[in-house]
Amino acid sequence: MTKILIIAEHDGQTLNPATAKTIKGAQPMNGDSIDLIVFAASAASVAEQAATIEGVDRVLTIEGEDFAHPTAARLAPEIVSLASDYSHVLAPSTTFGKDLLPRAAALLGVNQVSDIMEVIDARTFKRPIYAGNAIVTVKVPEGAKVVATIRTASFAAAKDGGSASVESLGAQSEDPGHTRFVKVEGSEGEGPDLASAPRVVSGGRALGSSESFEIIYSLAKSMGAAVGASRAAVDAGYVPNELQVGQTGKIIAPDLYFAIGISGAIQHLTGIKDAGTIVAINKDAEAPIFEIADIGLVGDLFTIVPELEQAIG
Amino acid sequence: MKILVAIKRVVDYNVRVRVKSDGSGVETDGVKMSINPFDEIALEEALRIREAGKAEEVIAVSIGGDEVQQQLRTALAMGADRAIQVASESAVQPLTAARVFRALVDKEEPGIVFLGKQAIDDDCNQTGQMLAALWDRPQATFASKVEIDGSQATVAREVDAGLETLEIDLPAVMTSDLRLNEPRFVKLPDIMKAKRKPLETIPIGELGLEDAVDLETVAWEPPPKRGGGIKVESVSELVSELKDRGLL
Repeated sequence: MTKILIIAEHDGQTLNPATAKTIKGAQPMNGDSIDLIVFAASAASVAEQAATIEGVDRVLTIEGEDFAHPTAARLAPEIVSLASDYSHVLAPSTTFGKDLLPRAAALLGVNQVSDIMEVIDARTFKRPIYAGNAIVTVKVPEGAKVVATIRTASFAAAKDGGSASVESLGAQSEDPGHTRFVKVEGSEGEGPDLASAPRVVSGGRALGSSESFEIIYSLAKSMGAAVGASRAAVDAGYVPNELQVGQTGKIIAPDLYFAIGISGAIQHLTGIKDAGTIVAINKDAEAPIFEIADIGLVGDLFTIVPELEQAIG
Repeated sequence: MKILVAIKRVVDYNVRVRVKSDGSGVETDGVKMSINPFDEIALEEALRIREAGKAEEVIAVSIGGDEVQQQLRTALAMGADRAIQVASESAVQPLTAARVFRALVDKEEPGIVFLGKQAIDDDCNQTGQMLAALWDRPQATFASKVEIDGSQATVAREVDAGLETLEIDLPAVMTSDLRLNEPRFVKLPDIMKAKRKPLETIPIGELGLEDAVDLETVAWEPPPKRGGGIKVESVSELVSELKDRGLL
């Protein structure tokens, strides 16, 4: 029997879109069932959203105050307790899943399959290595539990239309107490979320300063897009870290991606490979970004961007 | 306090890695090898903690054949006090690597084990978390700021939502993210000095590890290429192209 358990990611109120993508990634494994587990201080709202996703059989909830901001150290033993009923344990390949799932895998005595981008069968998967410069097909040996993270940029979100049952379970372990959540700080969210936005406008080092980067924000706003940046722009301090797109930042798959003043280092290209349409604007006609761009425009971004904003708006 | 630092030998990050034409692996012949950049950042942080007087000894650890001694010597030149090569002829997967470190933790009793958040060859991002699980100790992964205060540490972590801060009890496992620090350059006299620092070799068989259930890699292939694009000459041409494709 292939029985799949997926760890839901959420912020306490809203299910993170990465969860629906993980469900989509699980579907070609042809499981007999897909269950979702929600750990939360109060799980009702998240569980309700999870139950409507197509393909989910049961939504399990484990509630408690110590799940308000749960750490990997708190969750991993709970996942191990649940895992005895499942052949597969999956999580999204977000910082949440990447932090948590290997801790559970080690307790289960197996290696994890990281960043599944394609499912061949229930035990065979494709995943990127060397920052996406090679793709390997890996097989989990017969008899071993499959513990894996799903590369969310490789899968569309599973659709709504399901009606899973919701069941409440009790916690099986105690908070170890040695790891304490203090706070999480994000830049005050203006506009859509970078990780899931259908349109993204990114700026690079060529912007030259955080003041000049305003034209990127302005263009993004005019078309309802999220703002991203290359690592060079982040390192130069033009924008905060969490806007970084690339292998070491966020790996995204919007329908439309604008790379503005971004030369196209491999590590950036890795983060946008799955985008629908890539538009590159750069004054250097030889920039590597043009090799993967669907539409390229060579020229001065400080002239082009305001013109583009006017043409769209 | 001792700090153990993981040092993995990987293809240098500036090398454009290619899959062999027969699909049997990636081209590594004659390719420049270096310390995994995230491990280098982990080592730099360990050295800074020692230099701040909060640790006494930094021990660099690598797993592999004798070729990893090259990276361990670089680690010693950067400032590690001594090095351990866990000798293994075959490459190890993350769970085995974590078990190696777990065995060394018993031997060395460090206050911190510092690893890179991932190795840039297999991109697994597992070993630190696995070690923390096997050791039953805190993990602070993707660290971008570390402050040590007696038997505790406060760590800022790079997460999708921004920066998360955790307070953890030591001993603990930490893994470094890119912006934690900028590793120092090695100076020539340090390279000479590093030759005289102790480098111990322990055969992996002597650590009494469990047999690993390894993943089997059955195929290698180059990534799918994106189709060739077009160039437009003006903003108006760009806008009409996007409209034609139903994107605006």
